[in-house]
Amino acid sequence: MNIQPSITVRGKDRYKSGVMEYKRMGYWEPNYEPKDTDVIALFRVTPQDGVDPTEACAAVAGESSTATWTVVWTDRLTAAEKYRAKCYRVDPVPNSPGSYFAYIAYDLDLFEPGSISNLTASIIGNVFGFKPLKALRLEDMRLPVAYVKTFQGPATGIVVERERLDKFGRPLLGATVKPKLGLSGRNYGRVVYEALKGGLDFTKDDENINSQPFMHWRERFLYCMEAVNRAQAATGEIKGTYLNVTAATMEDMYERAEFAHELGSNIVMIDLVIGYTAIQSMAKWARRNNMILHLHRAGHSTYTRQRSHGVSFRVIAKWMRLAGVDHIHAGTVVGKLEGDPNTTRGYYDICREDFNPMQLEHGVFFDQNWASLNKLMPVASGGIHAGQMHQLLDLLGEDVVLQFGGGTIGHPRGIQAGATANRVALEAMILARNEGRDYVHEGPEILAKAAQTCTPLREALDVWKDVTFNYESTDAPDFVPTPSMAV
Amino acid sequence: MRVTQGCFSFLPDLTDEQIAAQVQYCLDKGWAVNIEFTDDPHPRNTYWDMWGLPMFDLRDAAGIMKELADCRRVYGDRYIRISGFDSGPGWESVRISFIVNRPREEPGFRLDRQEAAGRNLHYATHSYAVTRPEGERYTDR
Repeated sequence: MNIQPSITVRGKDRYKSGVMEYKRMGYWEPNYEPKDTDVIALFRVTPQDGVDPTEACAAVAGESSTATWTVVWTDRLTAAEKYRAKCYRVDPVPNSPGSYFAYIAYDLDLFEPGSISNLTASIIGNVFGFKPLKALRLEDMRLPVAYVKTFQGPATGIVVERERLDKFGRPLLGATVKPKLGLSGRNYGRVVYEALKGGLDFTKDDENINSQPFMHWRERFLYCMEAVNRAQAATGEIKGTYLNVTAATMEDMYERAEFAHELGSNIVMIDLVIGYTAIQSMAKWARRNNMILHLHRAGHSTYTRQRSHGVSFRVIAKWMRLAGVDHIHAGTVVGKLEGDPNTTRGYYDICREDFNPMQLEHGVFFDQNWASLNKLMPVASGGIHAGQMHQLLDLLGEDVVLQFGGGTIGHPRGIQAGATANRVALEAMILARNEGRDYVHEGPEILAKAAQTCTPLREALDVWKDVTFNYESTDAPDFVPTPSMAV
Repeated sequence: MRVTQGCFSFLPDLTDEQIAAQVQYCLDKGWAVNIEFTDDPHPRNTYWDMWGLPMFDLRDAAGIMKELADCRRVYGDRYIRISGFDSGPGWESVRISFIVNRPREEPGFRLDRQEAAGRNLHYATHSYAVTRPEGERYTDR
């Protein structure tokens, strides 16, 4: 539903000096039909009390594109109408009085090709602090193919990652080294060796392991690569460990990444907090150096978690697929961290599919064509264990890295046993699924049967059988599928 | 040691019935099933020898199980793996791969280390089996 018809002032009167409402300046265009080449953003707008919703939404369009608070004559030196973002649709948010979904179209020429920083400086720049709004959230974006094609995309992609690792047909298994802080390089490498030898494909540095007094980064890299190579020889299988190269400057990050490369690592890791430009730089470095690039989404919950204000993680996932990382943490549903099943499904689709159809019940507001950009491997990490294997496979599918940190290292008989338990549980579940069994319902039986010939799995199931994290999600979709829903 | 490449190496060796079920899964997905064998299980040995071409047109698991039996008759002392290949757009690669035959003894790998400057080590993974010529690696073990 659109609340108001167009009231745009045109001609000479439009440029009379003074203050004019945004909706009269050309930022509210309910008759505008978005072009295939337009970038479209969907905002959840919560105006201050007494502020007209249409004006608030028009202001978002204005402040995220060409507008300032007053009329300026210099607009007339430009093709101003083209550069104005146009709010073309405003809908009340279901079950949320006082909030509105604003659909805003931006001409492609507003953006520098291949730059997430440029895109975000407009779309989430000044506008989020705009006083007439109580809160503002960027819910989703439609990225036109013409724009998608200006980005490198994932340096490696799911298919080539699997080919390089020679691992097909099952989720990959990983673990984050714990305790995340305090281990010396030598002890740290021990955890990596045990976990990889026991059956995991990957181990991982945690987000805040960089180069601290207890372990200089070079010590970590050297001992970790000893562990990776030892485990590879012990199993005949390719192994890897995400060496976190996050550092204070780009120069430091390149130095660490080059060292990882020199040592023969097949993967490096960065944190989201390094910023969009640094992420894109590392993605280009990763492609040049045949390196898989893992992204830990450190910090995202400060702006993704609350439904009223910030940026939805589905948008971050889209930006990161463009930016070119190969792995991204995207939620577990069943683990210890925030994750509504439907919303999480939407994130996974954004990472892995070539085309996302609009699916409001998953929080996906637009059709999105990825134009053959590489696929991005989602990573599920945080409070998951072998006893949930059937649920994880059902909810998250096959192209995912399942990371069992505590669920490996906390095993009563040690890290190798923990790793073996996870790998056996996974292989047993894949075998059963492929045989056509109803593995979701028979999951506990399938695991119990596999545990008959695998003591470590039996012990893992005994220790963690009752561990669940059932809390209400703060970020569930606004739409539930009902036959009468009109959108 | 036990080489743990492939999808099911941590489970007890699959029975023919179990293998046939996995093959049927591939066929139902429309994937081409491929049989390959090697006596060099180095983790970076990508190109195992093909037992004929990938079976693009076979639609019955029984046909593939017969090929596997023939392959085992000739190369039963080596590693044999079955893979499912998906030629669909955006994938065009292997979808699943698992070992269905192993040598009776798997001697494993030696890790060679070459010390270099700055505490760096250059690693090489060396398969004990390949000290003998191809074809003679597992025969009398």
